[in-house]
Amino acid sequence: MNEYRILIIGGGPAGMETAYQLKNLGLNPVIIERNDKLGGHLAQWDRLFPSSDSAETLLEKLKDQTKDIEKKLNAKISNITKEGNIFHVTLSNGIKYDAAAIVICTGFDLFKAEKKQEYGYGIYNNVITNAELEDYFKTHNDKRIDEPKRIGFVHCVGSRDVKVNNTYCSKVCCATALKQACEIKDEFPYADVYCFYMDLRMFGKGYEDLYLKAQKDFDIKCVRGRVCEVSENIEGKLVIKAEDTLLGTPMKMTLDLLVLMCGMEKSKSSNEIQKMLNINNNEDGFIETRDNFSGLNLTKEKGVFVAGACTSPKTLPDTIAEARAAAMEVFNYLKVNGQPSLVQ
Amino acid sequence: MDNVDLKLFNKIEALNPDINTCMACGLCTATCTAGNFTDMSFRKIILMLQRGKDKEAIELVKKCMMCGKCMMICSRGINTRNILLSITRIYNEEQNI
Repeated sequence: MNEYRILIIGGGPAGMETAYQLKNLGLNPVIIERNDKLGGHLAQWDRLFPSSDSAETLLEKLKDQTKDIEKKLNAKISNITKEGNIFHVTLSNGIKYDAAAIVICTGFDLFKAEKKQEYGYGIYNNVITNAELEDYFKTHNDKRIDEPKRIGFVHCVGSRDVKVNNTYCSKVCCATALKQACEIKDEFPYADVYCFYMDLRMFGKGYEDLYLKAQKDFDIKCVRGRVCEVSENIEGKLVIKAEDTLLGTPMKMTLDLLVLMCGMEKSKSSNEIQKMLNINNNEDGFIETRDNFSGLNLTKEKGVFVAGACTSPKTLPDTIAEARAAAMEVFNYLKVNGQPSLVQ
Repeated sequence: MDNVDLKLFNKIEALNPDINTCMACGLCTATCTAGNFTDMSFRKIILMLQRGKDKEAIELVKKCMMCGKCMMICSRGINTRNILLSITRIYNEEQNI
């Protein structure tokens, strides 16, 4: 019945949800994933903000929805050519598809913390990233986290910073920081936990409640000031410098553990695909959409769609909503172009 | 704010439009060499000028050692040295009139 496939590039939350919705609409999607499993960053995460719900529960739900959908794991796209409205796609393992539409769901990479050398990641043992802390919550296997008595979180690492060419806000780090701060306080109740922020952007449903919970129930201390540098003292403890901007004085603080809230960058895995499809980046280095309002799932190339964090930093609810919208855009497009079974 | 005189700020702003991009993150003050020993704070200088507190701002400018660390670290890329030099030059010119 369906002559052509819909190619979903990326098997994270955006790709899985898009594929599921397309299948519901009577189309025939195939998910191309470069890793050996589905889930993207969600598979690395333990709990999700604002409510600390299990990441695994959501992942299992998304996986269950895609269980009857064809997937190609450990697969990369080696070539795409377009003939009329049809994309001829060749994978690295030689498999070929004729696709009526392509949905790019390549997501994001976490900012590489070592690029902000002044924070000492990779130099000082007790400087870790948000992803590593999340992995600790999952596995409880990280020798660097050993009964810390004073813990700091640095917000906006690799975001809102011209020095790393990322001027945008990564949107998820404020809520993630307060979530992780509560969770680590829960684990080490005698620890003092400090969050160094510039603005707390608690914009979503339940985020402000998380902020209140962090202050009221977990005694998380928020300090308004960006950390400027990290060093180590003679005892091997971390010393951070910042300005307490609300007090207007420079401050130094000794810490046992420092967590860097690395922001989002567009996944480099989409670069080759963008070249093949002639799709540019926007001013933030993410994939350019047709406009900023009603064309968020469209690109300037007909038949090429986008969903999720490949176009800008996004939360999970944003990503899932966008994936559903992308499926609808593909459906509407195919009714007019190239999928004869849909044309009545 | 109704009676504030922003003449000095406006002149500096005309030469250094990036002065308005400060988001008061405090990096310049946290890293400031002079700030370790005095109340020097580049962020506060900008704020004082924006609020017409020229005299207070000039007192802080006098404490700057022009080491340039604030320029290296500013996450909005503000040309802090140029702003400090502009303040000194414009203020001196006005004093000489």
